[in-house]
Amino acid sequence: MSLIKFTNKGIYCEQGDFYIDPWQPVNLAVTTHGHADHVKWGNKAYLCHELTRPILNQRLGPDLVIETLPYNKEISINGVKLSLFPAGHVIGSSQIRLEYKGEICVVSGDYKVEYDGISTAFEPVKCHTFVSESTFGLPIYKWQPQNLIFGQIKDWVSDNRDKGKTSVLVAYSLGKAQRLIKNLAEYGEIYVHNSIANLNEGFIRAGVDLPESIRITADLKKETLQQGLVIVPPALAEGKWIKTLQNAATGVCSGWMQVRAGRRWRSADAGFALSDHADWPGLLSAIKATEAETVFVTHGFTATFSKYLNEIGIYSEEVKTQYGIEEEEAAEKPIAEAI
Amino acid sequence: MKRFSELIQQLETSNKTNDKIAALVDYFSNADDRDKPYVIAMFTGKKPKRPVNTALLRAWAIERSEIPAWLFAESYSSVGDLSETIALVLPPPALVTDRKLHEWINDLAALTGKPDEQKKEFILNAWNSLDTQQRFIFNKLISGNFRIGVSHKMLVNALAKQSNTDSNKIMHSIMGKWQPDQISYEELIAGAHVNTDNSWPYPFCLAYALEVNPEDLGEESLWQAEWKWDGIRGQIVKRNGELFIWSRGEELVTDQFPELHFLRDELPDGIVLDGEILSVKDGNVQVFSILQQRLNRKTINKSQLNDAPVGFYIYDILEYEAADIRERPMSARREILELVASRFKTKDVAILSPVVQFKTWEELTKIRTKSREMNSEGIMLKRLDSLYHSGRKRGDWWKWKINPYTVDTVMIYAQKGSGRRANFYTDYTFAVRDGEKLITIAKAYSGLTDKEIKEVDAFVKRNAVEKFGPVRTVKPELVFEIAFEGIAESKRHKAGLALRFPRIARWRKDKKAEEINTLDDLRQLLNSTLS
Repeated sequence: MSLIKFTNKGIYCEQGDFYIDPWQPVNLAVTTHGHADHVKWGNKAYLCHELTRPILNQRLGPDLVIETLPYNKEISINGVKLSLFPAGHVIGSSQIRLEYKGEICVVSGDYKVEYDGISTAFEPVKCHTFVSESTFGLPIYKWQPQNLIFGQIKDWVSDNRDKGKTSVLVAYSLGKAQRLIKNLAEYGEIYVHNSIANLNEGFIRAGVDLPESIRITADLKKETLQQGLVIVPPALAEGKWIKTLQNAATGVCSGWMQVRAGRRWRSADAGFALSDHADWPGLLSAIKATEAETVFVTHGFTATFSKYLNEIGIYSEEVKTQYGIEEEEAAEKPIAEAI
Repeated sequence: MKRFSELIQQLETSNKTNDKIAALVDYFSNADDRDKPYVIAMFTGKKPKRPVNTALLRAWAIERSEIPAWLFAESYSSVGDLSETIALVLPPPALVTDRKLHEWINDLAALTGKPDEQKKEFILNAWNSLDTQQRFIFNKLISGNFRIGVSHKMLVNALAKQSNTDSNKIMHSIMGKWQPDQISYEELIAGAHVNTDNSWPYPFCLAYALEVNPEDLGEESLWQAEWKWDGIRGQIVKRNGELFIWSRGEELVTDQFPELHFLRDELPDGIVLDGEILSVKDGNVQVFSILQQRLNRKTINKSQLNDAPVGFYIYDILEYEAADIRERPMSARREILELVASRFKTKDVAILSPVVQFKTWEELTKIRTKSREMNSEGIMLKRLDSLYHSGRKRGDWWKWKINPYTVDTVMIYAQKGSGRRANFYTDYTFAVRDGEKLITIAKAYSGLTDKEIKEVDAFVKRNAVEKFGPVRTVKPELVFEIAFEGIAESKRHKAGLALRFPRIARWRKDKKAEEINTLDDLRQLLNSTLS
């Protein structure tokens, strides 16, 4: 009998009687990471990596029942051995490894294979069944090494400074924002939106080595930001607040910026193809490293990617889930209106 | 190539004209001199012959990237551009090169007629030495289809700014006959291959819309009335044996209108005429949509010449016997103009725009109601003693347009605006009834107050039915009166017709969706304007 089932509530492990990243309330939600499409409010208990705890408290509330684990520590739930391995997607993101009677299954949530300097580096885990995303599962998505992309971002910021412009980087509050802060910290003061500042405080309290950034508050003078560097979440990118900034140039940091149509659609001044998801070669190398016999593809270009895996001799099925739908939009909206 | 690649990136990452012009000025100030004429040629649509066909490029890209053809096809449909898809699917380059843009273009041209194997070797080698963005550009050089939102006008303005040269001179110069491999940037800008002094047009004199009653303009006898024609305002220049036709967009359109070329022989030298390019058949002015078939074409065929013959209705004369006469009063200019026109041997093609005779404002008001019958937009009023001003000046010339056509429609799609209005649904699509169905007839962006926009926005947010990317389908409930200037047949639109200059006249809160106009109503209107 298979270790996991795809149900209308989420990914279910019957032997252990728990769900992984469910989208409807359950008793025990094992959580891969803190993005809104992977963790919902209303579960009786959560099990996640210790660095995901501050995210859940920040986003879902302080009174949750949360149990945490470090990476590579095995526990048993109803006879199913469970352990977490780094997924390299965002801080605290984990692949969930399940083992029962010699059968191993790994649910990876979202992942990327390149080390981003702040999330624990992705670690391939050998298994029989692997559950993969395919957000960028087309061969047109091949990321440049991040040092090159950060070089471009730095050039852009300094060019803006020369022109007297404020640089506004648009990035998800969880993941991309911290990655930018870590990699651009030596480049001057970084001002961040509330939603990012709140998460950062949680991370710093939890012991993450995150450089300082300054929270944008209502009483902060706009002139202070002049020619500086600001990070805001996507929900704010086209909002009123940005418009009140004098002379701002916006740069969107997202894998979708790889394609010209994506850049034009966002009507940003610049687009940087910086992603927290694996690119095409990354997905393939990660999957091959698992040596899995069966690969379930949960979100992204599922049909195409699954068909390709079958063609190269890896049995694969696409499954319908609610992951990858307007990532973070739900989490950002109320905060966006508060500013 | 690197510098050009940067330029393209800059042009693509801004949608502000000023930024684009700044990027172009910067490029033409710093780029390799030999590249510049090639870039001008490219942006003005001078296409070299395509050296390698698309099917081969595609096949080589699939082979080199080691992916199945179906996966390439999936990628292509996601990207939407073949040159870009190829640039993205190929493995990263193993080599580097600092080959210049003009070298690439010349090498590509030299491939024409060579065996496929040789072409393949060259192309694969190029792909393997260029980064993604440069590969994309390289692929575009092969296809010759470079569409990156740089209009003719924008390029001319940038070149004028960079070289501190009058933009009309630049326009004439780059419209002339030249080859990028045989002319330097300086020569091109200086117009060494053409005599730009010959083409030199004057700024057009423009009129404001009349917002008061004509009675308030005073004595009738001080004014001349003409029909306001709905065509392309144009200036015809004849100097030193050469003829030039300029459109109001400050573009040279001489080649587009061969019917007017007789003026090269029949106009004396040193003359400049202001008038309207119109489609005129059997002595009658046709609607704008017929003239439209003749616009922006590189070549004109016989049936177009036959279906939409062009004439020139002359309004004014600005230069006579090589002297600028714009400072003389209009009545004096008109006398000279009548003399010039009377000498044409070719009749009925270039004619004086007729003066509308009237004694009282009341009489003229009545005459004006007949404008549509002549396919005119109304009446022009010009003071007999007016000078020919540069640009718009209040007081001497007025356009007194008739009211536009209107149609009652229902809103069915909405999309968020841009800039200041990015948070609101401000761009709407409207439909009329066609039996049981609703059929889209116009898209409009303007015409509502900010308060109304907020109200409509709230309605859209509450009543969105479906979502297609940024577009929302909404419950067909809100009725708007759409004003428009004309109607034409259109194969591109589902309704089979298209409205000219549609805009929201008012929100008809008093009307229900059942009361809107039908497609048949519009068809009837279309037929009445064509007959």
